[in-house]
Order: sequence, then structure tokens, then C-alpha cells
Amino acid sequence: MKSFEFFEPTTLAEASNLFAKEHAQLLAGGTDLVIGMKAYTETPASVVSLEKIPGLTGITVDNDNSITIGAMTKVREVELSNDIRQHHTALAEGASEIGSIQIRNLATIGGNIAHASPAADTVAGLLVADAQVNIASANGERSVPINELFTGPGQTVLKPGEIITQFRLPNPASGSHYIKHKIREVMDLAFIGVASAVDVQNGVIEEARIGLAAVAPTPIRATEAEDLLKGKRPTPELLQQAGEAAAAATSPISDLRCSAEHRKEMVDVLTRRTLQNALDRA
Amino acid sequence: MAKHPVSLKVNGDEHDLLIEPRKTLLAVLRDTIGLTGTKEGCSTGDCGACTVIVDGKAVTSCMVLGVTASEKEITTIEGLASDGELHPIQQAFIDTGGYQCGFCTPGFIMASKALVDENPDRSEEEFRFALGGNICRCTGYTKILEAVLQAAEEIRTNS
Repeated sequence: MKSFEFFEPTTLAEASNLFAKEHAQLLAGGTDLVIGMKAYTETPASVVSLEKIPGLTGITVDNDNSITIGAMTKVREVELSNDIRQHHTALAEGASEIGSIQIRNLATIGGNIAHASPAADTVAGLLVADAQVNIASANGERSVPINELFTGPGQTVLKPGEIITQFRLPNPASGSHYIKHKIREVMDLAFIGVASAVDVQNGVIEEARIGLAAVAPTPIRATEAEDLLKGKRPTPELLQQAGEAAAAATSPISDLRCSAEHRKEMVDVLTRRTLQNALDRA
Repeated sequence: MAKHPVSLKVNGDEHDLLIEPRKTLLAVLRDTIGLTGTKEGCSTGDCGACTVIVDGKAVTSCMVLGVTASEKEITTIEGLASDGELHPIQQAFIDTGGYQCGFCTPGFIMASKALVDENPDRSEEEFRFALGGNICRCTGYTKILEAVLQAAEEIRTNS
């Protein structure tokens, strides 16, 4: 690992100023950064730890049932939180799919998102939760919908010095489900990740959200498939149409792990499957 | 690059050290403090050989910068036995033959300890799944699982 200067600021403004400097890198859980530094794929001149800044951890439920998750909250805490399991099941399921328990005890949800891997396991759950990403810098705060955060693999709209502080999850859908398509039970990278969330009133789908990971340069919502579902009663034919529409929205790559064709086909299959499970839970 | 003063609380002992920020907790434990029970396997978080317990949670110490472990309670394999008596998990690994070359054993024992401390009432399937972050290159998984189940049973009975 190359040498670097290490900072542990205690305020966001201080952290933002340090992070805005050239070749500075933020340290959250370290599970991506430390490994990257060992491999010399990351060679920051300075590393700015967020651990000593108060107020960045924890899961809180507000009066209107919206939930706020601090960016420095450990993925393991997201996975085990009763509030997240109950109201945003797909997100808890995604969190439980990351690495091993040892890694989930280190990794943070903010790091999982800021790293901007198209295959991040919490991203599909946050997409179908319609999460807002709260961002702070020395110049102030702003909020970005999660589906507008990513611009490419490893790329986000975050500007120099901007730090993700919280995820705000509005009033939850009544049922959701996440499936990670993978080979190993643990310690695997998603071939694809699919989450669905639905609200059902009197047998009619009022709201449907489908989040897809590892099938395009960024995580995406399958909005055409969602629109097909809204206002209709769920039938196998309808779910099939939604699966096909979701697959059509993707632009996957072929790599060592699987082919683009397989990924597209599995988006269709897993969209139907997650929708059915979300409906069963709603 | 400037070294940082850290105070590491390892197995109840305080170590006031000056360390380079680029040193992982694993490197500090092994090379600076001399506790070589914790092993370096893959060094990418995949194998679990470097598992230690920090503030009650099992973590892969190869992914932790030593400077960030200051003031936290760290337990390594050397800290499990007390007054010359092995921890039930250590004893169970011996009783069942839950080790072959022994390289993965400290990591498996520390990961298992955190699991049984959290909840010894897990099913075999749950233990299997929860230990997925530890790899045994001798593939002695059956005996390892037997050891963990035996220790969990013993801890349940005595609690």
C-alpha cells in the first residue's frame, strides 16, 4: 500500500474541505478502499475517515413512517433492522447478500452506494424504496433521487467535496423482494440483482417499482414495466409482460461470469419472480 | 509519512503505538505487537483467516486500517483462553478434530465466537451460512461445523 496522509475530521465541513483536495479519498467501512489501496488501484495522497463525525450512523423511523438511514450505518445493521426488514424487505435482503458477516460488520450503506458499482447489493432495494440521497459539502446540502445519482460504472453526480450523509426512504410500499442471481451463497458478486416493490389496494396494483442492478452501466429503474403494472390486477400474463419490458430496458455486458443474453433472460425471469413475491407480501 | 499515535486495547492489554496509517490492523497485530495467531490468507477479505473481534463484532482485520482501531476493544485468538483454560470453542475444535493444517482455525474460531456470543441458538444451516466468510483450504468443513455445533450446545447448556 502506498503511503498517505490520514485525517479523522469531526465535522462534515472539515471533511468536505479535506475531501475536495486533489487525490483525496473518503474512508467509510474500508472494504473497497483498503483492498483497492493494497492492489494499487487506489493510490490516494490523503484518506479522510468519516467515522468520527457524529450523526452519520443509525436508522430512525419518523412519524410519517419514512425512514432515515445514516450513510455510515453498517450494512449488517441494515440487514438486521426490524424496521427495514418489515418496511423495506428488499433492502434488508440486499444488505444480507453483501460479502460475509465479517465484511458486513465493516461495510457501510453509504460506501456501497458511493462506490457506484452497478452490481451493488443495496442499490436495487434503495431504487424500489424511491430513496432520496442526502448530500453535504462545505457549501451546503442537497438531495438527489437515487435513480439520478449514478452516471456510469464507479461514477456519480457527486462533486468534489460532496459527501453522502443519509438515505431518506419515504412511506414504504406494502411488499418488496430482492433476488441476487449468483453462484455462491455468500461472498459472490451479483450476475444481476432485481428488486420489486408493490402497493396493492382492493386487488389492484396502485404502485409498482422495479430496480435492476448489474444489467446496465448504472443501476436502473424499469419504468416501462412499472407503468404496465399500475392500475391493473396482477395476473401471470401481466407479470410476464412486465418481465419482458424490464428485460427490454437493460443493456447488459458479457463478461467472464456470464453472457449478456443470460443476464437479459434472467431479468425477465427474476422480475416476474420478485413481483410475485412482493405481491404475496403486500 | 507521519506516524499516528494509537492506543490499541488487545485482549485487555493496552498498547500505545506509533503506526503508519497504511498499516492494516492485521499487520499491526502481527508485526508490531507480535500476536501472530491471527493469520493472513488472501488479504482481500475473502478467506476470513484474519478474523478478529472488534467491539464485539467479527471483522476481517486485513480490511481495517490500524489507525481506525484506536480505543476499540480488540480480541484475537490469543485472548480467548483464560487462566490456562481453553474457551469452549477452542476445546471443541480439538475434541472434534476441527482443524487440519490449522491455518484457517483462528479465523474460524473467532468468527464462531462472535456468532455464539450473539446467538448460540442457531440451526446447523444458519451456522453454515453465517460462516460462509471463512475458507478452509484443507476442506475440513464437516469437522469444523461439528466443533461449532458442539461449542454452541455447551454454551447454551451452561448459560
